[in-house]
Amino acid sequence: MSKKIKIIVAKPGLDGHDRGAKLLARIFAEAGMEVVYTGLRQTPEMIVATALQEDADVVGLSSLSGVHNYFFPRVAELMKEKGLTDVLLVGGGIIPQEDYDSLKASGMDGIFGPGTPTTEIVKFIEDNVRKKK
Amino acid sequence: MFDEKLLGKIKAGKEKWEQGSVAKTIAKSPERRKEFTTISGTPVERLYTPLDIQGMDYDRDLGFPGEFPYTRGVQPTMYRGRYWTMRQYAGFGSAKDTNARYRYLLQQGQTGLSVAFHLPTQAGYDSDHPLSMGEVGKVGVAIDSIEDLKVLFDGIPLDKVTTSMTINAAATVLLAMYLSIAEEQGVPWDKVGGTVQNDVLKEIICRGQYVYPPKPTMRLTVDLIEFCQKNVPRWNTISISGYHIRESGATAAQEMAFTIADGIAYAQACVDRGMPVDSFGPRLSFFFNAFTNVLEEVAKFRAGRRYWAKVMKERFGAKDPRSMMLRYHVQTGGVTLTAQQPLNNIVRVALQTYATALGGAQSLHTNSYDEALCLPTQQAVTVALRTQQIVAEESGATDTIDPLAGCYYVEAMTDKIEAEIDEYIKKIDAMGGTLTAIEQGYIQKEIQNSSYRFQKEIESGERVYVGINKYTMEEPPPEGLLKVDMSVGEIEAAKLKKLRAERDQAKWKAALDNLKKVSQTDENVMPAVIEAVKAKATVGEICDVWRDVFGEYRPKEFV
Repeated sequence: MSKKIKIIVAKPGLDGHDRGAKLLARIFAEAGMEVVYTGLRQTPEMIVATALQEDADVVGLSSLSGVHNYFFPRVAELMKEKGLTDVLLVGGGIIPQEDYDSLKASGMDGIFGPGTPTTEIVKFIEDNVRKKK
Repeated sequence: MFDEKLLGKIKAGKEKWEQGSVAKTIAKSPERRKEFTTISGTPVERLYTPLDIQGMDYDRDLGFPGEFPYTRGVQPTMYRGRYWTMRQYAGFGSAKDTNARYRYLLQQGQTGLSVAFHLPTQAGYDSDHPLSMGEVGKVGVAIDSIEDLKVLFDGIPLDKVTTSMTINAAATVLLAMYLSIAEEQGVPWDKVGGTVQNDVLKEIICRGQYVYPPKPTMRLTVDLIEFCQKNVPRWNTISISGYHIRESGATAAQEMAFTIADGIAYAQACVDRGMPVDSFGPRLSFFFNAFTNVLEEVAKFRAGRRYWAKVMKERFGAKDPRSMMLRYHVQTGGVTLTAQQPLNNIVRVALQTYATALGGAQSLHTNSYDEALCLPTQQAVTVALRTQQIVAEESGATDTIDPLAGCYYVEAMTDKIEAEIDEYIKKIDAMGGTLTAIEQGYIQKEIQNSSYRFQKEIESGERVYVGINKYTMEEPPPEGLLKVDMSVGEIEAAKLKKLRAERDQAKWKAALDNLKKVSQTDENVMPAVIEAVKAKATVGEICDVWRDVFGEYRPKEFV
């Protein structure tokens, strides 16, 4: 029996749109994951510190205020710095497709835009979390 | 409304119809589903008849437009007199960029302004604060000081337009700046009209732009209401908002119920301050959402008007009819828009606009079709504004008042939503009031449960969403999206550095010291805030004074 997947659901920056983050926190828990929801107003440093402290397998970022191009690569960079290279890093929100490539190049493992079924996100995490290890 | 004999006849007729025609048809071809529900999950019957509104009393429940209980509208002539105010929420980049968009919108026939501030301003930080990194000029315009606001309204006479400002925890600061600019333009305060959102409770419930704990932040809210009542009589001192409650997942009835619960909390806070209800009641305004289920939305607006009128009259003892009127702005549902096949959103917004017109709103923002992708482009904003103009000028919905009154379904739905509102208000009262219900996470959890239910319905295919779970298609990635220049952050930081170096230091320090002193007493803070903004204190500096005095709010998370 493999150990439960532990996921940090985080809201970087000042963005207050947390409907998606809270919904996913519930869906992840239902899918058998252990979920830590950070709440709002997290700096990249705070998110990475939580991931370290919680010994997380996955970090999920949610951003709907157009700041993903700033925050997502910054979290990816800090995770590399702290040696969290085996932690799966995913993000979602109002993210135009044209940004996907550069975000992936910066170290994001998966990006999910508006309208993505939650089942697809859960499956992606389950399929990829061990590959990183 | 209906005599017993007629009702008996209808009842018998309906039974016969169900057992005869309906049963025969269903035997041949069943209905599309077992149970029909609105997008809020409310059951919808096959047919509505007088039987569903047999308890209705025309005088008591509907009355006449402009008269208690305002079910049919708050003005006697509604849109036969004047259309709703067409007010597009806009703001991005620097004050100069946004000023150009405002001038464009006014030129295109928009009749009021609505300022979107970037998140740092909303959260009470300056553009050069570490938490503002990446956010400057993103979802709104960057305003740090009175100098920025001056540029924002350059060439726009403040006695000719009304301005709505979406600002909550820092509402006193932005209003102080606005009033100071009006003064400089030579416009007396009693000629200045507009709205500040000033609704801090829904920030805690669902929108996230809180700064201070509930009690001190409510004090600032009431300070503003009290100050305007004495000095800025045409100002809408608060816009009690259900919009974001709905966006975060609430049903139509929950949106109205929790907004009214917030409204009761504000009215009570003003009464507790010693203000007579009719001194502040007429300037309370509201803000709601409009989804695509037209008839349910219309019922929601009608139920809300009737319920609020009774709250003000019966609970607070209002005598002035204006205190009892639920006057409101609407924004079409942002969360109803899809990134998939974005042009379909134009149709959604048109239906939502139609619902708003049939529902009797006082002002409206229509969303742009590209908003599930980015901030709206000029082309998309223009289509959104034209949608309002088409509904107003071409659809005919504006030629008679409350045209859906008497419709069995809409009246039954109005009653049902009102009953649901009443149930929530009673429950919240029993818990000890709105603040307690928020602190315990009750309201937040109710909203989250609805959001979860809706998501499950979409994913199971039980509820169809075009382009999401039905009629999907491959599309090329969208092009020509609006991009905000990342350099706005540096430009704003440089401007702040210059402002801080060049302002009169002694005057600035004295103003902030005085603000701190006043904030530690029960005195109204507004005069001290006005003095501070005139001394060029920034939004962040003023909000920091209160962070010192009041502390900062960290919510419990309920997931």
